[in-house]
Amino acid sequence: MKKFLTILILILIPVKSFGLIEVDITRGNLNPLPIAVSPLSIDEESRKNFQNILKKKNIGSEISLIVENNLKVSGLFNPLNKDAFLQEPDIANLKPRFEDWNLIKAQALITGKVSYVQEKLRVEFRLWDVLAGKEMMALAFTTVPNNWRRVGHIITDKVYERLTGEKGYFDTRIIYVAEEGPKTQRVKKLAIMDQDGANNKFLTLGNELVLTPRFNPTSQLVTYLSYFRNLPRVYLLDIETGTQEVVGDFPGMTFAPRFSPDGKKIIMSFAKDGNSEIYTMDLENRIVEKITNHPSIDTSPSYSPDGKFISFNSDRSGYQQIYVMKSDGSNVKRISFGKGIYGTPVWSPRGDLIAFTKLHKGKFYIGVMRTDGSGERLLTENFYQEAPSWSPNGRVLIFYRETKTDSKGKGFSAKLWSIDLTGYNERQVPTPTDGSDPSWSSLLSN
Amino acid sequence: MKLSKILKNGFLIVVACLALSACATSKKSTGQMQGDVYTGTDTVEYLASGVPDRVFFATNESVLTTASRETLRKQAAWLRKNSKITIVLEGHADERGTREYNLALGERRANAAKDYLMTYGISSDRISVLSYGKERPVDSGSNPLAWSKNRRSVTVKAN
Repeated sequence: MKKFLTILILILIPVKSFGLIEVDITRGNLNPLPIAVSPLSIDEESRKNFQNILKKKNIGSEISLIVENNLKVSGLFNPLNKDAFLQEPDIANLKPRFEDWNLIKAQALITGKVSYVQEKLRVEFRLWDVLAGKEMMALAFTTVPNNWRRVGHIITDKVYERLTGEKGYFDTRIIYVAEEGPKTQRVKKLAIMDQDGANNKFLTLGNELVLTPRFNPTSQLVTYLSYFRNLPRVYLLDIETGTQEVVGDFPGMTFAPRFSPDGKKIIMSFAKDGNSEIYTMDLENRIVEKITNHPSIDTSPSYSPDGKFISFNSDRSGYQQIYVMKSDGSNVKRISFGKGIYGTPVWSPRGDLIAFTKLHKGKFYIGVMRTDGSGERLLTENFYQEAPSWSPNGRVLIFYRETKTDSKGKGFSAKLWSIDLTGYNERQVPTPTDGSDPSWSSLLSN
Repeated sequence: MKLSKILKNGFLIVVACLALSACATSKKSTGQMQGDVYTGTDTVEYLASGVPDRVFFATNESVLTTASRETLRKQAAWLRKNSKITIVLEGHADERGTREYNLALGERRANAAKDYLMTYGISSDRISVLSYGKERPVDSGSNPLAWSKNRRSVTVKAN
């Protein structure tokens, strides 16, 4: 990222924080903030240059569309219809006529400008508080033209952060398993895409079954399960170079991998003689450590963001339940005590919550609880859904959902969905094929 | 207060028992399940004449039923007669569980079959175990009968 994108200017006009608009993201937002995203203005020469390079007629409008879509999908903003905009983009960027924007009920306004500078894409944008008639933020940066979609995501992240007080999650990617074919013989490939579904790319060919890819929080590495040569093993894949390697030398199936928060270890399960235990492997010195020691199924481990604790699921009580232990395997404590079975615990990047899958009376739920098991809150109920993964700011969960087939066994599908921590804003995440096992990356920039 | 609570719980238990027994009888009446273990032959293939290739499990269980043990004894006899044959035990789960847990469960089921074959004299050198979790159902249905067919360990000739 740093290679491609240099933030040139950071003009922050000092403004008093009170009186300016704020968006509360801690509650379900039933009144999304009306915001006007004025198309980024572009001079004719720059427009032609980018049309040649990127095959887009007006890259300024394209970037604003990305911002608009991100804001809308977040559920916190209501981007207004551009037909109602009275002011030309280039003039609005210099000095908005606030009364015009007020007239169409915009409370915030984004304006900006794109230009072609030494074969690069230079973007500046401004965020305005329409009611107060003030500039809230101004920022400019330069990048290679091919990064134009990311420019839209970065603008959204900045706007989101300025208005909600929390980091955004738009300049991120999702790695997942793309699925096709009949339910009894699914062909599965690793796939990666931008958070909004753009730039979808398949990383494997589908020759062998692949499952549960997860991002390294600090690098471009991914860990996943592959049935290469019919030996289910945890693999490590560098998505920039395409190099792959088996993780460790285990005489049996390794599965359920995840990285430690510092990215230096992989935690996973190893199954042998009908017993699954949790192990870690240090990626630098290759030292393997056994973390659990119990004749039950211990799997789906996930570290706390400070690396001090591990949550996992185990059926040592007779049924699958969620446990927390210290990262050395000591102090194992069961934390799920509600009705039903609980699995796939994942620790929030903020550290305060654990998201999980719950099965109760034939229904599957995605929910969250505090790390001591209190305060359980179910966000969504369905025939089948599981495997939540957190957005890097801990505000949104992505998971997958499968449909019930009809009496002839037809009608199966698997799709990615997202939902806000508030339980609102449930949405299907677009993928070109069916999809499952999503994992959300960290923010690519900053 | 306490008494009413006890009575209430007692009542609930009685209701639950009724519901369970009603459930069990209706399942039995399909003729293809006992409890929730598949007893039919729709999906069964044969390693040799009279030697079924698979055994079935109850939900979330890896305990071998009487019928499963009988099937495995037939497999063991066939393996003893054909001492060059090696096998893979493929363990499977139904779709009503999380993916990772089901991988572990499939492994546990296949190992239950492996342990039993070993007690009938089949060397562990001839047996490998492969769990598919819920990745390879035989029946794509979303109903209890389909799920019962999918909770299985299948013995596959490896050579």
